[in-house]
Parts: sequence; C-alpha cells; structure tokens
Amino acid sequence: MTEAATPIPATPAGGHRPAFRLGRFIERIALIFVWILLIAAFGAAMPQAFLNWGNFSIMFASYAPAAVLALAIIVPLTAGDYDLSVGATLTLSSGLIGVLNVWHQMPIGLVLVIAIGVGALVGMVNALFIIYFRIPSLVVTLGTTSLMTGIVQWMTNSSTIGGIDNALVMAVVGGRLFGVPYAFYYAMIVVVAMWYVFDYTPLGRKLLFVGRGREVARLNGIAVDHVRFGALVTSGVLASAAGIIYAGVLGSADPYSGLNFLLPAFAAAFLGATTILPGRFNPWGAIVAVYFLATGITGLTMLGIPLWVTNVFNGGALILAVTISQLTRGREATDIG
Amino acid sequence: MALPVLKLDGIAKTFGGARALAGVSFSVAPGEVHGLLGKNGSGKSTLVKILAGFHAPDPGGRLDFNGEAVDLPLKPGDFRRLGMSFVHQNLGLVPSLTVLENLRFAHLTTAKSGFIDWRRERATAREALDRFGLSIDTEERIDRLSPVERALLAIVRAFEEIRVACAATGRPGLVLLDEPTPFLPREGVEKLFGLVRSIAATGSSVIFISHDIDEVMTITDRITVLRDGQLAGSLVTRAATHEQVVEAIVGRRIARLGVTSHTGPQLSRPAFARIAAAAGTTLEPSDITIGKGEILGVTGLIGSGYEELPYLVFGARPCRSGSIAFDGAEPIALSAMTPKRAIDLDLALLPGDRQGASGVDSLPIVDNMFLPDVARFFRGGRLSRGAMLREAFDLGTRYEVRPNDPSLKLSALSGGNAQKVLIARWMNRKPRLLLLDEPTQGVDVGTRVQIFAALKAAAASGMSVLCASSDAEQLAEICDRVLIFARGRILTEITGADLTKDGIAEACYASIDLAGHVGTASPSVHAS
Repeated sequence: MTEAATPIPATPAGGHRPAFRLGRFIERIALIFVWILLIAAFGAAMPQAFLNWGNFSIMFASYAPAAVLALAIIVPLTAGDYDLSVGATLTLSSGLIGVLNVWHQMPIGLVLVIAIGVGALVGMVNALFIIYFRIPSLVVTLGTTSLMTGIVQWMTNSSTIGGIDNALVMAVVGGRLFGVPYAFYYAMIVVVAMWYVFDYTPLGRKLLFVGRGREVARLNGIAVDHVRFGALVTSGVLASAAGIIYAGVLGSADPYSGLNFLLPAFAAAFLGATTILPGRFNPWGAIVAVYFLATGITGLTMLGIPLWVTNVFNGGALILAVTISQLTRGREATDIG
Repeated sequence: MALPVLKLDGIAKTFGGARALAGVSFSVAPGEVHGLLGKNGSGKSTLVKILAGFHAPDPGGRLDFNGEAVDLPLKPGDFRRLGMSFVHQNLGLVPSLTVLENLRFAHLTTAKSGFIDWRRERATAREALDRFGLSIDTEERIDRLSPVERALLAIVRAFEEIRVACAATGRPGLVLLDEPTPFLPREGVEKLFGLVRSIAATGSSVIFISHDIDEVMTITDRITVLRDGQLAGSLVTRAATHEQVVEAIVGRRIARLGVTSHTGPQLSRPAFARIAAAAGTTLEPSDITIGKGEILGVTGLIGSGYEELPYLVFGARPCRSGSIAFDGAEPIALSAMTPKRAIDLDLALLPGDRQGASGVDSLPIVDNMFLPDVARFFRGGRLSRGAMLREAFDLGTRYEVRPNDPSLKLSALSGGNAQKVLIARWMNRKPRLLLLDEPTQGVDVGTRVQIFAALKAAAASGMSVLCASSDAEQLAEICDRVLIFARGRILTEITGADLTKDGIAEACYASIDLAGHVGTASPSVHAS
C-alpha cells in the first residue's frame, strides 16, 4: 500500500449553502459586462444608427437561427459528442421547405413536420455510426455534413428558392412583441426549455455525467448509449428547427448559407461555456455569446469595416475568452478543455 | 566470479519517516538471470525506481555498473547510457502503431538525420526479431498481436536498447523484467523464458521480478528476496527449495496448506447470494456463496482472477459464464446482468479506479453522491437542489467528509475524503450486497479506519460485502472469510484464527505451488 498519513483538513464551520465568491461572480458576468462595453463603444461611435431599438430588434431576430443552432450543439457537447452536422442540417431543413412547399406545393404544416422528422433522422444516422459502430463523432458528423450539403445542392439545383408560404414568414417575422420579431422568442423558448432540462431534471444530471465520465455513468446504472442517442437526435431536431426559423426570416431557402452558421455557432457554444455557469456548456451562456458576437459583427458592419473583419472578430473573441477563462480557473477540468 | 554487471551496496530510501529500503546489497553476474522476490511493500518497486532514476536513494549507498562507480542519484534516462533497460508490466508499447515503429521508437524519434530510411529500419527490426527466432511481422499493429507476442516484443526492444550501448563499451548490459508474466498463458511463459535464456546467452544479465515462485525457480540462476526493505535471502536457485523461498518472502516457516481446504464454503450464517460458475477473462468458473451480513474477501497474487469478481457480479464486465441467485430466488445469468439491473437489485459497486470509474472529479460532490438515484429529488416538476444539498451535507457529516461542503467539486477533496463520498453514495442506498475493489487504495490511514468501521456497521445490520483486495492487512481486519485465488481458481478458504495478515500472505504464495499441482495432476495417471 502506498498511503501516507496525510492530515485530514480542518472542517470549515459552515452550512451547505455555497459561499458567495466574488471572483466566481465576476467570472460569471464578465462576458455580459464586456457585451455592455461593446454596445457602449459602438453607441459612442454611432449614437443615431447603432443605439436604436430597431437595430437591436433586427439583430435579435436575424440571429435567432444562429442562437438555436448554438443551443443544438451544446446538447451532444455536454454528453461528450461533437455534432458538426448541425449547419448542414439547418440547410437541409430550409432546402426541404423550399423544394416541398414551393416546387411541390405541399402544405406548409406538413412540410414543417417533414423537416423536423428529417432532422431527427439525421441525428439517428449520426448516432448509429457514433454509438453502434464506435466511429469518432467528429468524423461521422463531418461526413454527414458533406453528404447533406451534396443532397441539398441536388435537391435545389443549387439555386435559392423564393416564395415560401407567407404563413411561415408571418409566424417568424410577421409579428412583434416589444418591437422584436417572434423569431427571437422561439429561440427564447428553446433556451428556457433547455435550461429547465439541464438544471432541473435528472436527465440533465445524466447528460452531464455521461459527458464527463462515461464509465462512471455506466457503472451508476445510466444507459449511456440511450443518453448519447437522445442528445444527437435532439441536436438534429433543433438544427432543423433553426432551419425553419431561417427559412421564415429569409422567406426563401438558400442552399449555401447554412455552413456559414456552423463556426459562429460553435464559437458561441464554447464562448458561452465561459459565462453564466463557467466551465459548463450552458444554454444562457450560449445565448449571451451568440448575441455578443452578433453585436460585434453588426457594429463592425455598420462602421463599414470590410467583411473579413467579422471572421477575425468571431475567432479572436473565442480564443481570447476561452484562454482567459482557462487561465483564471487554473486549468481545472471543464467542458472546454 | 567475473566482474558483476550490477553491484548494489547499502542502497537505502526513506519516504518521509518511512523506511522503504534499509541498505540493500546484492550483485548480478554477467550472463546471469537473477530473480528478485518480495511481497507488496517489500521495497522491490522502490529499488526498481531508484535504478530507473525516478527516486533518489538516501546518501551513502553505492552502485557499480561493470565495475565502475555510478554517480547517485541516477537521472531519468541515465540507465540507457549505462546499458540498462526496463520492461514494466504494462510493456510500454503503443497499441495503434506497428511492430516496426514500436521496436525502433527510440531511434526513430531521436535520429540525427531528418530522413527516415524505412527500408533500412525494417531490415534492422527484422534482424532484431530474427536474432531470437521470432516470426512477428514488422508491419503488424501491436493491438493485433497476442499478449505473448507483445511481451516478447517489449523484451526484444529492451534488449535492442542495451545492445547498442553494449556494442559501444564492449561490456554486458542488464535487462530488468518487472512482472512480465502474470497475464500470460502457460505456453506463453515458456516462450518468454526461451527469450530470457537467449539474452543471458549473449553475456548480458537479466533481473526477473515476479510473484510467481515456480517461474522464478524455473528461469533464474540466483534469487534475491527482499522483506520490509531489507535483504531477506540470497539463494542459489539450483540448491534452493520452494519452501525456503516462501520462508524468505513471508519471514517464517509455513505449513503447506492441505488440498482438502477448498472442498466448499463453510458458511456459519444463512446464504444471501450464490454465485455459480462465474468466469471472466482470467477467472475460471468459480462457485462462491456469500452469507447475509458477511464480509467476504477475495484475493490472490496479481493476475489470479479474483479482481474480476466484483465487476462480473455487477454486470460491469463481460463474463464467459456464470449466474447469481439472491436469497434463494431464481438464478440470474451474469451475462444478463447490467449495472442498471444490479442497482435495481440493490447491489452496489465501488470500483478500484476512483477517478476513472467511480466519481467525476470535475463535478460537484452533491451530484456525485446522488448519481444513481438523483431521480428521487425530482419533485413537483423540478430537481430540488436544496433537498439534495441538505441530504448531501447530512451524509457528509455522517461519513465525516472534510471539508463538508457538498457544492464543492469532488476534486477539492483528498483521495480519502473523495472515497468517503463515494462510499456514502452507495451505503445511503442500503444495498443488500456491496461489491468492493481495493476500497482503501491511495487512502490515508485515518480514513481507512473510518471506512472499515462503516463497512462493519453496515454488515452488522445485514448488508453482505464482497471485497476484492491485494491488501492482506485490510482483508484480515474486515473480513469474516477470505478466498484465495490462483490461476483463476479458488484454492483455499481462510477463516477463524488463520485469518491474519501473515496467514493470507502465506496462503497466496503457497497457493502457487498448489496451483501447479492442480494444473498437472488430473490428466496424466502415469506421472512419476
């Protein structure tokens, strides 16, 4: 035996309420604080154009698909799997809406059901290869991404399909609440639902343990494969939902733009894991991160800064935030590292 | 005698206040196969680590290699320059790379020229394998090799490492084999011995470390035995008997155990679980009965199969056969057992690998504590965090977890306190059968006492315990009965007055001899 007589540390007198730690609190709100600073900076530069509710309401609505996509990603990420295929699933979903609704005149309600079903199917295919054939999730979802991108190009003849049923457009951007189009609130519904599942249900605990310690989870009676399967199907369904919102926002189906969402969505997922509940992928953090990045890009665009700067901003913000977070936390194990 | 390859003189090592090695001296002659024996904690591994340069010995000792004094402490990697190499039990091969890449690893990663001549590397590797008549394909991946081929390859690689150094100095080298055999089948061990003899025939020496006395007596020329950090015996193998070796290892003469003692379990209490024909990777079909409220220990030398039992019963590892019946109910096939089902049957398993299989360090104590039964805190549509924290705090108080703040991450606790949390997790569920694997490994002395007390109290109230452990002291302290395994079978049962630390250790060593008899007795009637 190798045990050494280590003294037992003294018990701090204390109850079971976690103590308020200022450092932790600052870390939790740091990104929100930087977001406000960013808004203030752009506001100072462009008081008229930037600092008006119309600008923000458009931003909130037009980034709703990206927000849902970021939320989709964090489900399998929490369970320990990467789903790179969400961007292509978004495109597939909006492409299907265009083809079935516009070209084949199918009723929009049925088309949406099909789109969601196809999203679930994509998740199942991913899960089949990842869980049952034990192929790394990164490889599988990279493959299905390319596969779906090809299918969409075939399906749409690589053309943008306009003229999607006005009912969908109206439902997504037709109405406003507090001046913000409905699209934003759909994203909010997803956040609240995910927040509930992650933090207030046994399922959320299972998801977390499956991601952090598969063997621990298995030996504690958790059906690890079922949880991973469910997480991948959920991300497929949510990515499809993001595609529906995207089709509604645009009023058309664009066979190419989905992939442009992928990297920002991943950036937001990881950036979000540095805030609200630092160290964990968490829905509110992801939302804050999406709109933080959106604010930066919107502001920069309005300043007339060339397009390439937005990519630099996305990537730079991600690396910087995650690095700062990792340094302040002394390299302890988190979802990010 | 020729100039010894390795000569140790008064090598000592103290950790804190504990003496791990108290001035050990012995020498290894050129071309000699030298056995190094001793119980766990006898100082063998400390000695190996000093030679490998992981530990600095206490000042005052002397180490000569081929007659030249070596500066102590050795730095990691120094051994290679001297002409010494090691094969550890895990062999140090990369499973996903080829035989060639593994064999030439050191050369390929340190070569001065930026270009790798694969044709020449392949020829060199082929030559190294052919030298010992091994027909292993150089392009085969390590994970496609049999365990024996892997062990042989690791030894060939170790010899290749010293061959270069030896060619430069013109002097013999030394290969140190640290428990290379416990997971090999019999015929594999024979092949390995053939290789060891070939190496010795080149004039280099081999140090062979093993728990298996029969193996050591078969292959070695001389044997050095360590006990409690001191030299306990120096024997010429040809002239030594099995009893003398065992005596040197355990420190006193022991009576051979009667073969009749494994006729069946002697239960003094009603049976709770009957395990029938349980077999795993190394465990051969074994029948075990665990009494209600009994703490049953299973042990043996490393690789003897006992360590699989808790996992097989819990459905955590694939079994070859077996069933288990609780309280006289219908038997359940072990192949149909899953951790989920085991938990539903009120079984609990505390794995030996605390960080990899038992708890998640990066998540809070409270979540670790209630992992199997978090659902019971789901009330009125939400998980009651407050109730979880309150109960976790109460449990932490009962099991003396320090610091007792359940919102901390598990990593904030010492090894012993983390183990208390994980024991509390299972005990709180009041299991009918608790399965343990090395429950106090890496746990401080104070915690050990607390864990023992908790186990005994729970057993007194009717919980049955199956404890797999290599720690004889621990088994002697908590168990009502201990089963000794060797080569996958139960050989002896120890109860009553024999159930002491020394009694268990002796039985483990004696069992090797019995296993030899059991293995060869049945088929041939005309044996002399």
